[in-house]
Amino acid sequence: MTHLIAVYRQQLKTAIAEQLQYRAALVIWLIEVALGPAVSISVWSTVARNEGGEVNGYNPSGFAAYFIATMLVNYATQTWVFWEFSRRVREGEFSPLLLRPVHPIHADIAQHLAYKILMLPVIGLVTLLLWLAFHAGFTPSPASLATFLPALLLAFALRFTLEWTLALLAFWLTQVNVINQLYVVVVLFLSGQLLPLSFLPAPLQAITAWLPFQWMVAFPAQLLSTGLSSQAVVTGFLAQLLWLLLGLGLLNLTWRRGLKRYTAVGG
Amino acid sequence: MTAATAVNVTHLRKVYRVYEREAGLGAALRALFRRQMQEIVGVDNLTFTIEAGEIIGFLGPNGAGKTTTLKMLAGLLYPSAGDVRVLGYVPWRRERAFLRQIALVMGQRQQLIWDIPVIDSFELNRAIYRIPPAQYRHMLDELADLLDLAPLLHKPVRNLSLGERMKCEIAGSLLHRPQVLFLDEPTIGLDIVMQRRIRDFIREYNHRTGATVLLTSHYMADVEALCRRVILIHHGTMLFDGDLTRLVERFSPYKTIIVRLQEPADLRPYGEVLSQNEDQVSLRVPKSAVARITARLLTDLPVLDLSVEDPPIEAVIEQIFTQEEVV
Repeated sequence: MTHLIAVYRQQLKTAIAEQLQYRAALVIWLIEVALGPAVSISVWSTVARNEGGEVNGYNPSGFAAYFIATMLVNYATQTWVFWEFSRRVREGEFSPLLLRPVHPIHADIAQHLAYKILMLPVIGLVTLLLWLAFHAGFTPSPASLATFLPALLLAFALRFTLEWTLALLAFWLTQVNVINQLYVVVVLFLSGQLLPLSFLPAPLQAITAWLPFQWMVAFPAQLLSTGLSSQAVVTGFLAQLLWLLLGLGLLNLTWRRGLKRYTAVGG
Repeated sequence: MTAATAVNVTHLRKVYRVYEREAGLGAALRALFRRQMQEIVGVDNLTFTIEAGEIIGFLGPNGAGKTTTLKMLAGLLYPSAGDVRVLGYVPWRRERAFLRQIALVMGQRQQLIWDIPVIDSFELNRAIYRIPPAQYRHMLDELADLLDLAPLLHKPVRNLSLGERMKCEIAGSLLHRPQVLFLDEPTIGLDIVMQRRIRDFIREYNHRTGATVLLTSHYMADVEALCRRVILIHHGTMLFDGDLTRLVERFSPYKTIIVRLQEPADLRPYGEVLSQNEDQVSLRVPKSAVARITARLLTDLPVLDLSVEDPPIEAVIEQIFTQEEVV
């Protein structure tokens, strides 16, 4: 355990040093990250005003709070392991990782954490600007707010586990990016990033409840923006935990089979 | 297997399955529905043992199965049949205790992180391999000294030349003092000076740490300088395993006679003239005829000087790989 902590510390230092090399990218990322919520908030606020001030219980400042919250959760949980894996497998960068006496997933987790730590001031600035510009109204109860952080951590663990597992498909498919495109669209709609899930048709809502995506983004985002009933909080945590367990099982299985395949055909 | 055995390979075999198709759109479409599969034997029935502390040269033309074998020994590939033990471990289980004791350096693969200074990648390896601080400092100083790394350590990897990067790759792979070192073409693409530098370094590392080294190279100079023993493979099977000097004796049916004459003469009747400049002539003659031809030369011609040599190892190996029926 102390060894793993030492590895993480060094990985974090390395990854931060590495990403500090790309300062220009930070600025572009700032624009990209702010643009999505800004557009969504503007569009839905206009709709709300035309509908007499409210749509499905959301007024303009409610929309602002919801989209800022999803932006924050998305920032915290988002990964780019798909791109990493397809490059690694195609360009033979995977072999050096396998020769290290540490599971490669740790390097990836550290890399993602480093990026998120580095981006913290950026996302803070974007949040503040959007909050002021759109008069966001956050209305969670203190209890709801207290559950936000654990829900966010679980959401990251869940999303990272599932996306790392999917990225492992690169062992079988040379072009895993196609699956990534499809996945991005599904996540955009079903995680609550594009619009609150209560806007989806009832049958689709019923289906999403059984899928992992809303527990990765919408659940923590709602805890932060409006708060949830204690029953919904319990359901949310249960769903996150179950999906995380299932995801870890899948990851383990896929990792072992993928590795077997990789070491059969050669990297 | 004795305690002094570092590598033990028995009846090792690796078969690759590859999908093949002919050129053209039609073939590409047909391949969507029915793919032609072909089995390619990468390595077949290799058996050898390496004692701890040996430096072995692994020779063979491109596609002979050298890299495939190295990858199986390092645990990156699992074999189709046969058995491998490295330091008593089964490599493809990749147990941590095993990985901490080996290193595989491949020419084109990078373990160094591209955008940050070399020393940061080294620090990462220190944590990953749990190298105690004192040992790390000591090893880093030693490597920096042997490979002249001091001016490179604080430069980003992307700013290094190919040779500088190779030196750093090798150094990074050795920080944890591996007991077994697999080197795949460590000097490829490097100039003569750098090649010699790396060669000297490998010898020194072996000498200082007693590590076992298995290296492949296209440059015979590497092999001649470092390895007493070589393993020759071709089409995945073993052609020779033994002393470098015995290789020449066994495979070359010729010797070279070098004669210096008082006055130029036509030596074509005595053997194949390899080169002739002014009064010095190199003749290639069958081994069995060396004594007879030497005697004839000495009686027929005004010879100033005469010597008999083995052909260069490079030429012998080239000849082995071009004439497959040799064995």
